[in-house]
This record gives sequence, structure tokens and C-alpha cells, in this order.
Amino acid sequence: MYDKRFDGRKMDELRECSAKVGVVPSAKGSAMFKIGNTIAIAAVRGPRNLYPKFLALPDKALLRCNYNMMSFSGSGDRVRPGSSRRDREISLITQKALEPVLMLDEFPGSVVDIFIELLQTDAGTRCAGICAAAMALADAGFKMKGLVSAVSVGLIGNKMLVDLDNLEEHHEEGNTDIPVAMISGEDGITLLQMDGFCKPEQMKKLLELAKKACSKIHEVQKKALLEGFEK
Amino acid sequence: MKAVINHVRSLLDKEIRFDGRKLDQYRKDIFVEYGISNKSAEGSARVCIGETEVVAGIKFEVGVPYPDSLDKGTIMAGVELLPLSSSNFESGPPSIKAIELARSVVDRGIRESEAIDFKKLCIKKGEKMWMVIVDVYSINDAGNLADAIGLAAMAALKDARFPEYDAKLDQVLYDKRTTKKIPLKYLPVAVTVVKIGDKFIIDPSLEEEEAMDARLTVTTIEDGRLCAMQKGGDGVLTADDVSIMIDLSIKKGKELRKFIEK
Repeated sequence: MYDKRFDGRKMDELRECSAKVGVVPSAKGSAMFKIGNTIAIAAVRGPRNLYPKFLALPDKALLRCNYNMMSFSGSGDRVRPGSSRRDREISLITQKALEPVLMLDEFPGSVVDIFIELLQTDAGTRCAGICAAAMALADAGFKMKGLVSAVSVGLIGNKMLVDLDNLEEHHEEGNTDIPVAMISGEDGITLLQMDGFCKPEQMKKLLELAKKACSKIHEVQKKALLEGFEK
Repeated sequence: MKAVINHVRSLLDKEIRFDGRKLDQYRKDIFVEYGISNKSAEGSARVCIGETEVVAGIKFEVGVPYPDSLDKGTIMAGVELLPLSSSNFESGPPSIKAIELARSVVDRGIRESEAIDFKKLCIKKGEKMWMVIVDVYSINDAGNLADAIGLAAMAALKDARFPEYDAKLDQVLYDKRTTKKIPLKYLPVAVTVVKIGDKFIIDPSLEEEEAMDARLTVTTIEDGRLCAMQKGGDGVLTADDVSIMIDLSIKKGKELRKFIEK
């Protein structure tokens, strides 16, 4: 029975979060988001011309996300450079997690590129990447309906947890991992994935936990953005 | 861009640089931070030269020694110019610019100079050796990535600690890190000297890189010996030019080395 977390956190407690904007000065907007040992940086480039032209969308900008783990960022073997199936899928779900808050129809035919790099990983990388990317978009001055915050919730045995780390993701009792992204200030889920088993009533409760955790993350993001604008 | 290039060149005629620096002056804000990916990389470092920023990380693997050096380990190097760091860099496999940097600064400057005592990376002659893999990524390009990459690679090598190796299982135990450091014989430092017109400058900004005629990256070690060179750019250098550039890079290399000597 997993009733005491390895790192001593409460069941619904996030790892320590910190954030900063403007970490890539040459980009229009950029941000770093750190949760526990997981560190993501994101930079936004564009809207800019899109080549080849046939990729362009007539009525809005293409939002193109690129998720990448640096080769030394894994805790085990070196990560081979180049994008894997996993990288490409995470890039896709990141795009889908962010697109609902943007008004991309303001820039038809162009591309907005978001580059996400993981410097160090300890689970929750897609969520950290989304948090950093949302901040980078805000830092770049895009009009947004809200900020996007993301966190994973899950189960070990029957215990509900928030923000699983790498040890918990590999717990011997088996686990359920549910990354969730939400729009601040409204009831909007933009990312939802699940891996493992879960009862429907547990899922409802887990989403409530995710909502609370996301609002805490939102505070961290908001604070960093305000600090960035004050500079 | 043409106008900017002309401007850089005409100012340099009067020995003036865009940002007010002397011709042989690095940007003031240089810093090196160790252990930036300490939980996952066995060694890591961040180097900033002005707004230019790169990160480097080290991973260890165990492999079979090469037939021509059965009693030695090896180092492998990769440089990635991330599209995150500049609008001029594109996604995809390493560009020719990235390959040139990896080969000239890390491969030749650090590996070929035998800055690492490779014999000490041998686990069992002819059978097992340590491979030290250094990967360097650009975070922000504001000119002179080459010198930053060289410094970051060395800083990460200095920061690295070996993981344990279980010979029976033939497995690297990444979660068990020892206190053993990589045996370094020298601290090679790369300094790039850029020729614009008849002037020589170091630590070029992006505008100065655009305006350059030729460049020479010279890697030197503590006793003043050269251990690698790479000429770049479309222009030509005379033997006298090369001599001036070498002297400059030895002098500035000493300054830059101080940042990783501690």
C-alpha cells in the first residue's frame, strides 16, 4: 500500500515549481519551467513565413510544436538525437493543448513555431513543456484566452496522487498516469491522456485534483510573467 | 543586412565596435555554471558569453575498444544548433555548421589533443572501455558560439563523475555515481579571431560574423602550445595574419581559461 510518498510529499502536493521568462533573448518569447528535477525551456518564433508554401493554412497560422529531450537529459542511457515516435506524439499533443487559447486566425498563411527542450527529466516532461510553452507564448505577447497549465495525476494501487515522479511512475504496485492540461480561469481541458487502469468515479476525483494542482501551477506561471514584464 | 555589414566595416576602420568594446575584448558578462542537469547527466555545464548561451552534458557508455587503440577509451562529441536558439537554425539532422563546430572545437580541440588521458578510460584491454559522450546545445545565439561551445564542453568534462559499472552484468549503473573524475591532462580553450578588412577582432557579435572576411579558431593549452586550428570564412589569410591571430588567441585563451580553472 503506497500511503507515504518516497519524497515525503502529501498525496495532492506538487513538487517544487519555479519559472522564468525571457531565457532565450533572441526569441520573441521564451520561458523556463521547472518542476522537481524536470526542467523544460521553450521559445516561440513567429508568426513567420512558412515554407514549403503548401503547408500553409488559408484561414489561420499553423502552430508547430517541437518537443525534444537533450541527449543527456535522461536518467539512464544517453537519449539518441533525432526525433522519436514519442517526441513526435508529444509535439502533437502539445500543439493541441495550446491551440484552443490562441487566436491564430490573425495570422493566416504563416507559422508560429514553439521549440521545447528538456534539460533534465524526472517524469512529467510533457506537462512541464506545455507550461513553459504557454508562458513563452504569453511572453511573446500573443493574445490568449487564458494561460495553459499542465500536471499529471494518477494512481498507485488505489491511492490518488498528484505530480508523479519517475520512481512513482515505475512503482511495483503498478500505476496509472494521467497528464492533464487546463485553461486558467475556465472549465477547459486541452490535454487528457491516460496510461493504466482507473475506475470512472476515480477519474472524476482525479480531474478535480488536477484542477486544483493546475491552479497552483498557474500562480507560479503568472508570477514569473509579471516579473518578466516588470523588468 | 548589407547596410549593417557596411556600417560594421566602416566603424572598424576607426577601431570602433558596435557595442563599444576594444577589438581584442570579450563581452564582459562571461559565466560558467556547473551541474545544470546534475540529476540526469553525469556532468553538465552552462556557459554564457554576453547573451550567447550554450549547455553541455556528459553521458558515459561502455563499449569495445577500437582495433587501433585496444588499451584506450574514447570521447564522442555532438553539437546541435537548436532552432530554439536562432531563427537562422532549422530543425532536422545537424547542419554543416554544427558538424564543423563539433569537429573543429570538440573533436580536434579536446579529443585529438589528448586532453583526456584515454588509457585511464580503458576497463579491460581489448574488451571494454569507457566512452565519454559530450553533447553541446545552443540556447541563444548572439555570436561566437564556437568559443562558448569549447568552454562548455571542457566545463562539463570537469564536472563529470563516473557512474558505477557492473562488469558481471555488463551494465552501467547510472543511479550509482562515484566520485571519480575524468582524468584531464590539459584544459584546451578555443578562441576565434575574426578578420574584417585589415582588423582582427575576437568574440564577434552576430553583425560582425556577417561582416567577416575570414576567421581562425585556435585551441591552445596552458603552456601556450596550439592543439587545434580551423580556418573559416570566404576570405584569405596571409602567413602574417595567421601569426597575429595565433598570438591573440594564446593571450585571450589565458583569460578565458580562468573561468574553468576553479
